[in-house]
Amino acid sequence: MSQSDSDLIPVAGNGLLHRRLFLKTGLAAGTTLLLAGTTGSAAEKPQRDPWMRMPGAPMSPIGEPSGYEQNLVRAPIGSQPGTAGTGVSRTPLQYLDGIITPSRLHFERHHAGIPDIDPDLHRLYLHGLVERPLAFDLAALHRYPQVSRIQFLECSGNSAALAAPRPVAETCAAIHGLISASEWGGVPLTVLLEEAGVKPEGKWLVADGADAAVMSRSIPLSKVMDDALVALHQNGEPLRPANGYPMRLFLPGWEGNASVKWLRSLKVTDQPAMTRDETAKYSDLRDDGVAELFTFPMGVKSVITSPSPGLSLHGPGVYQISGIAWSGQGRIRRVEISADGGASWAEAALDEHVLPKCLTRFRAAWRWNGGPAVLMSRAEDETGSLQPDRDAALRGRTHAFYHFNGVQAWQIDETGASSNVYA
Amino acid sequence: MSMRKGAWILIGTWVLLGGPGGGAAESPALGEPLTSRSVSALDFTILPDGTGLPEGEGDAITGLAVYQAQCRLCHGDGGEGGPNDRLVGGRGSLASAEPVKTVGSYWPYATTIFDYIRRAMPLYAPGSLTADQIYALTAYLLFENGIVDEDTVMNAHTLPKVRMPNRDGFVWALPEEVR
Repeated sequence: MSQSDSDLIPVAGNGLLHRRLFLKTGLAAGTTLLLAGTTGSAAEKPQRDPWMRMPGAPMSPIGEPSGYEQNLVRAPIGSQPGTAGTGVSRTPLQYLDGIITPSRLHFERHHAGIPDIDPDLHRLYLHGLVERPLAFDLAALHRYPQVSRIQFLECSGNSAALAAPRPVAETCAAIHGLISASEWGGVPLTVLLEEAGVKPEGKWLVADGADAAVMSRSIPLSKVMDDALVALHQNGEPLRPANGYPMRLFLPGWEGNASVKWLRSLKVTDQPAMTRDETAKYSDLRDDGVAELFTFPMGVKSVITSPSPGLSLHGPGVYQISGIAWSGQGRIRRVEISADGGASWAEAALDEHVLPKCLTRFRAAWRWNGGPAVLMSRAEDETGSLQPDRDAALRGRTHAFYHFNGVQAWQIDETGASSNVYA
Repeated sequence: MSMRKGAWILIGTWVLLGGPGGGAAESPALGEPLTSRSVSALDFTILPDGTGLPEGEGDAITGLAVYQAQCRLCHGDGGEGGPNDRLVGGRGSLASAEPVKTVGSYWPYATTIFDYIRRAMPLYAPGSLTADQIYALTAYLLFENGIVDEDTVMNAHTLPKVRMPNRDGFVWALPEEVR
C-alpha cells in the first residue's frame, strides 16, 4: 500500500478520512506528486504568463487585497430603520482561513455609528469608589506596561439565526459572522485601578463609550482583575475606528458588547448600574418568562466554514473540510466532524495554535462520493464543556436570542451546493 | 501560571484590598488628578437607587409633547413601535410563544429609562434634551405602560421608587463568587 493510499482510510461515515492528511507525515505524498512533474528537456524560452512580461505595480502606502478577491467584504450589513450605523456588519468567515481576522474584516456592532475621535482630546476617566479619581490620555497609556494576546471577540447575538423555526437560506457569515479574532494589545486595567486605589466597597466597574449613545455596561471587578485590558492595538496597529479607536475595553471570552469601545469612563461602584444594554438588551429571556442577567462568558462553539453555502463542490473527490472552534472558558480540546448528519463522527486535526479564548482552526479530509451529505462539527473545550446540538441549545431558550451555541449542519446536495439545515 | 499573570493577580488582590496607590514599580503612574467638579461633569452613571439622577422634573402631560416632537417618528404613536423599538405594551407576554419586550413588559428598573434617554436619545441629537424633558418623557412612557398616572411627577426622588412590572422577572447568571 502506498503512502497516499494509507492516508485515505475512512474514519467515519460518508467519506471522512484520517486526519493524518493534515499532520506532518502527510507531506510525503504531496512532495512525490510535485517531483513527478519535473521531467523533459530544458526550453530555450520558458513560457511566461501575461503578468510576467513587464514590471508590476509600484509600492503603495497601504496594502489592499487582490482585486480578484471580491468576496473579502463584511457582508451582510444590517442597520436599524432610519440609521446607517446602528446595527452589524459581519466577518466573511467562509472566505477566510487561519485564526486571525484581518482588521478591516472584523465584524462590527455599533449602537450609534463610529465616532471620529481626536486622540489628543480623548481622555479615559477612572473615578467612583477610588481614592484618587484620575484621567489618562493616550500618550500616557502608551508608557504603561502592555501585554498582547490573540483572542476572539464574539457578539452574543451571533448565530441567533439558528433559532428560527425553519432554516434560513443564508451564508456562514450571515449566520455566524459576528465572531472575529485579533491580536489585542494594551494596558492591563489592574495597573490603572491600582494607581487610582479602589476602595474596599468597590465591586463593579461601569464602562462608558465615547460614542453618541454613550454605550454602557457594568463589569464585575473580578473579571477586570483576571484579564481585562484597555486595548490600544489590534493586529499590531492602533485600533481601527470601527473597533474602538483610540482605546477600548477588552474582556477575553466574554460577550462582545461588554468590551466597550471608544472607552471614555470607568466608574467603580458597589453594584451594577442596570443600564439598558445589560437589562433590556443582552439579557437572555427563558421560555418560563424569566430572563438571565449578566450571561457574560461565550460558550463553546464551532462551525464549518468550508464547504458552506456559496462555496460549491465541483464533482466527487477529496475535499478539505475546514472551520473554526472557540470557547470563552479556555482552549479548545477537541473538534469532531460528521459527514452523515451526526450518525458517525471523526476527530478533526487542529492547527498548531490552540490558544485560550481564541479561534482554533480545524480541518479534516473528506471524500465526497457525489451523493447527499450533511456536514457538522462539534467542539469540546478544556473544561469539558461540549457544544450542544441545536435542540439542546434551544431547550428552554426558544426566544433567548443571545448566546446560542448549537451545532450547525450544512447539507450538500448532488450538485455540490451547500445549505443551512436542521439535522 | 506565568510570572506575569501571577503578578497581575497579586496587584488585583492588592487593589481589591484597597491598598495604597502610587503605582507598582513598573507603572509610570501618569494619571492626572480629577476634581470632584470635573468628575460630576463627565459622569453619566445612574444607579437603580437613583444615585446620579439630576435635578429637574416632569409628568406625562408635558412628556407627550416632547414625545410627539422627538420620538414618535421612530417609535410610533403612543410608543406602539415602528419602525424602531416598541416601547409600550406586551405585559404578560414574556412566557408566551411570542414574547413582546417593551419598557413596560420587560425593563426591570425605571431609572434605566431616564439613563438611556439621556445617553442615547434622540438618535440624531443625543444630549439635546433637558433634564425636565427627560423626566417628562420617562413619566410619559411609564404612563403609557399603565405604571403611573398622567399627572405623576417624576424627579430624582420619585423615579427610583417606581416599581416596574417585571422587576422580579430576572435572575443573575453570574456566580456568587465573582459578583
